[in-house]
Amino acid sequence: MTTLLSIADLRVSFKVGKEQPFEAVKGISFDVPVNGTLALVGESGSGKSVTAMSILRLLPVTAAISGSILYQGSNLLDASSERMRELRGRDISVIFQEPMSSLNPVFTVGDQIAEVIRLHEHLSRRKAWQRAIELLEEVGLPEPKQRVSSYPHQLSGGQQQRVMIAMAIACKPKLLIADEPTTALDVTIQKQILDLLARLRESHQMSMLFITHDLAVVGDIADQVVVMEKGEIREQGPVQAVFHAAKHPYTQALLSCRPRLDVRPRRLPVVADYMQGRILDANAPQRTPRVDGEIVLEVRHLGKRFELKDGLFSHSYFDAVKDVSFNLKRGRTLGLVGESGSGKTTVGLTLMRLHKASAGEVLLKTESGPKDLLKLSEHDMTALRRRIQIVFQNPYASLNPRFTVAQILTEPMRIHNIGGNERERLELTAAMLERVGLSPGALWKYPHEFSGGQRQRIAIARCLTMRPEILICDESVSALDVSVQAQVLNLLLDLQDEFGLSYLFISHDLAVVRYISDEVMVMNGGSIVEVADSDTIYRDPQNPYTKRLLESIPKGLQGLAIPAVA
Amino acid sequence: MSVVSTSVATAGGEIISSRRSAGVWKQVAKRLRGDALGMASLVVVLAFVLLSLFVALGWVASGWSVESAVPYAPPDFLGPDTSPALKIEQPTGPMLDLSSVDPLAPHYADIDKRAKELATAAKPKLLTLPFGADRSGRDVLLKAIKGSEVSIFVGLAAAVVATALGTFLGALAGFFGGIVGDVLEWFYNVFTAVPGILLIFAFAAVLGRGIGTVVVILGLTGWTSVYRLLRAEYIKHSTREYVLAAQAIGTSRATRMFVHILPNVSHVILVQMSLNVVFFIKAEVILSFLGLGVPIDSVSWGTMLNEAQAELILGKWWQLVAATVFMAVFVTAFSVLTDALRDALDPKLR
Repeated sequence: MTTLLSIADLRVSFKVGKEQPFEAVKGISFDVPVNGTLALVGESGSGKSVTAMSILRLLPVTAAISGSILYQGSNLLDASSERMRELRGRDISVIFQEPMSSLNPVFTVGDQIAEVIRLHEHLSRRKAWQRAIELLEEVGLPEPKQRVSSYPHQLSGGQQQRVMIAMAIACKPKLLIADEPTTALDVTIQKQILDLLARLRESHQMSMLFITHDLAVVGDIADQVVVMEKGEIREQGPVQAVFHAAKHPYTQALLSCRPRLDVRPRRLPVVADYMQGRILDANAPQRTPRVDGEIVLEVRHLGKRFELKDGLFSHSYFDAVKDVSFNLKRGRTLGLVGESGSGKTTVGLTLMRLHKASAGEVLLKTESGPKDLLKLSEHDMTALRRRIQIVFQNPYASLNPRFTVAQILTEPMRIHNIGGNERERLELTAAMLERVGLSPGALWKYPHEFSGGQRQRIAIARCLTMRPEILICDESVSALDVSVQAQVLNLLLDLQDEFGLSYLFISHDLAVVRYISDEVMVMNGGSIVEVADSDTIYRDPQNPYTKRLLESIPKGLQGLAIPAVA
Repeated sequence: MSVVSTSVATAGGEIISSRRSAGVWKQVAKRLRGDALGMASLVVVLAFVLLSLFVALGWVASGWSVESAVPYAPPDFLGPDTSPALKIEQPTGPMLDLSSVDPLAPHYADIDKRAKELATAAKPKLLTLPFGADRSGRDVLLKAIKGSEVSIFVGLAAAVVATALGTFLGALAGFFGGIVGDVLEWFYNVFTAVPGILLIFAFAAVLGRGIGTVVVILGLTGWTSVYRLLRAEYIKHSTREYVLAAQAIGTSRATRMFVHILPNVSHVILVQMSLNVVFFIKAEVILSFLGLGVPIDSVSWGTMLNEAQAELILGKWWQLVAATVFMAVFVTAFSVLTDALRDALDPKLR
């Protein structure tokens, strides 16, 4: 295979203020083959996006780049800015992660596609418009003739990403850079977009540089893979070789710390296990779903209706949650999966009364019999709140940035009179921090001083200070890197065993839900379409929607043996 | 809620003594220190505030009302006024002898003798002052310094009143929404439908003159911009996850509104307040200029400008310049400080 783009000893550093320059990429070298797909894999902060943007020289002016990026024999780092403008969009084009923010909201999609064509191919307005329609047809947008004059907000996320792809392939580029093109999309849409990209790459004879954090996706789409961590390349080679015989412990860890559909170890391996050469027993007993147990929370016919204002006096309704019923058992995990807009988050918020429910009952088992949370007075509810807690998706948004960790953790104890005095509460808090794997020195810091995984641990610790019986995890690990995700999932499992917690685990990620749950509910359009124990539902789905959902999961990692420690 | 420096024993009995790490406010101070223009304006504003504090304590400019110079004495650098307009015509020719008809003539010697015993030290009126004098010979510089006390006090106090009112109402409207929000919105709409200056006149006419009145008037009419912004901020923040998390642990509404959300929107409040300070200083000038502001026995930059309009016709420009320079320096410095604060205070909420 010949080489289209060759990167040698690329270094990128950013100068921020008067501090030492931050080195984002530390001397990496790799080649993108002609007519092939190279995947750049890494967690956040690995420098993968910076590498991609330096190819097109789209980095901010504070970046200092050295090394060489040879494209068809000429070094792009030395090219004039006119030359770069010619190349961008015509020879090398990019698809970004967020289609909504990469499309200009005030122009129709046709205008935006036609702009690229007219800029590089000097076609007339009418011909460019005609070409835009053809492109939209090629990327599989239904009714391209009508959709060409619609605005970005009138399209769904998947359709917007198709428009972005149409723009990117408009001038038949030789290299397509796809920067996490499916991360913001639902799993069924992700599958469609990946298939589309693979098909287009084949038919246009393009090369593709595919950037992702998800190794499973890599297995589906790429020929070559480059694994990056902290600005350095840990491992590179053909996908099959890297997947089946990973040499670097970091790669081994990445491959095995992501929950999979086919195996379910008692505990997920984490990066530290591999880095420190800890032996993992591949034949360790697997976790099995437990569906027995005493019911602690019973939800009956829960409904949530949003009122939408259409005009001054008229309004319509939108049912986000329709007639949802389920039981949560002590010490067990109930998974709730669904795509965006399915109403799964609304279920969590409504049964905690963070949204007002429109219908149904939420019966919490207490010493004095079951109590309907939806009918309690505000005062009685406050007293019961400590029994049922929630961990949100975004650890950056769920901690008050103006509070210290000590304030965050002692506040719930003060409200519920846990601990006799402030000193006692601080001692409890310090113990709780140690329990979730943070040092007690963290007490006096502010949330912005912690990484995403650490913040999520603080959020979990805040819930645990109240000794709840039920924990609702609303996409609690979705925003985390895979290696951190594994640590937090392990922590949640340990805490469940230790405190007998019941989890309602809400996620769009089927593999994570399968790993942690005893029972799984599938939600679509506000209703629950299927409930079964987590082995059965994945092995033998009954509902067509469940089947479609499961078929869309990237299968790149399945069937791999857990890499043994080198 | 304050847990500053404490030592804590962990479960293992180990003592950890720590202090709060660089907090949000420390970072704000650091960012502000990096901004040279912002720091310069901070120094100017602090100097003005100190100056008006000294004036209030009577350490500076307490003698502003002393008529120490001749009327309209020009500034030092112009020299004494020699224009013919002020010279009294001296009679020419021999003095007329009126002693035969003057009944007091025999007593003049006695009167002179007694007058010498009393030794009246009539201070000679100065012909020039560092920055000139006004119509009654008062020092313009001292007047401007004394005036800054009233103007800055009015500006700051009215801004505090307006911001507190706007913040409270905005928080209520944004946090609760629904009926509460609707009622406050209607109130706000009615209030802003009346032209601002007309509203100020109406209040001034009803409440009468006085510094307190000016503060109340400006405070009652100036809350609307703060209200509008704070309502929007509260709508945005009340659905943020950290607020939901606070609700989930059982905090009361008031705690969520004022303990959780308020510190996170404080940058909006502070910036609005400093914008209001500038606006209210100018508003006080306008009010005093129109005769609705501070009472006549006190002085502010506004009353100085009011007097200056008559003087300008006579060519006596120094009172106008003194008041304008003081006001311009303070208002500009405050605006620059506002900009610097806005940059420094914006919390990086990711």
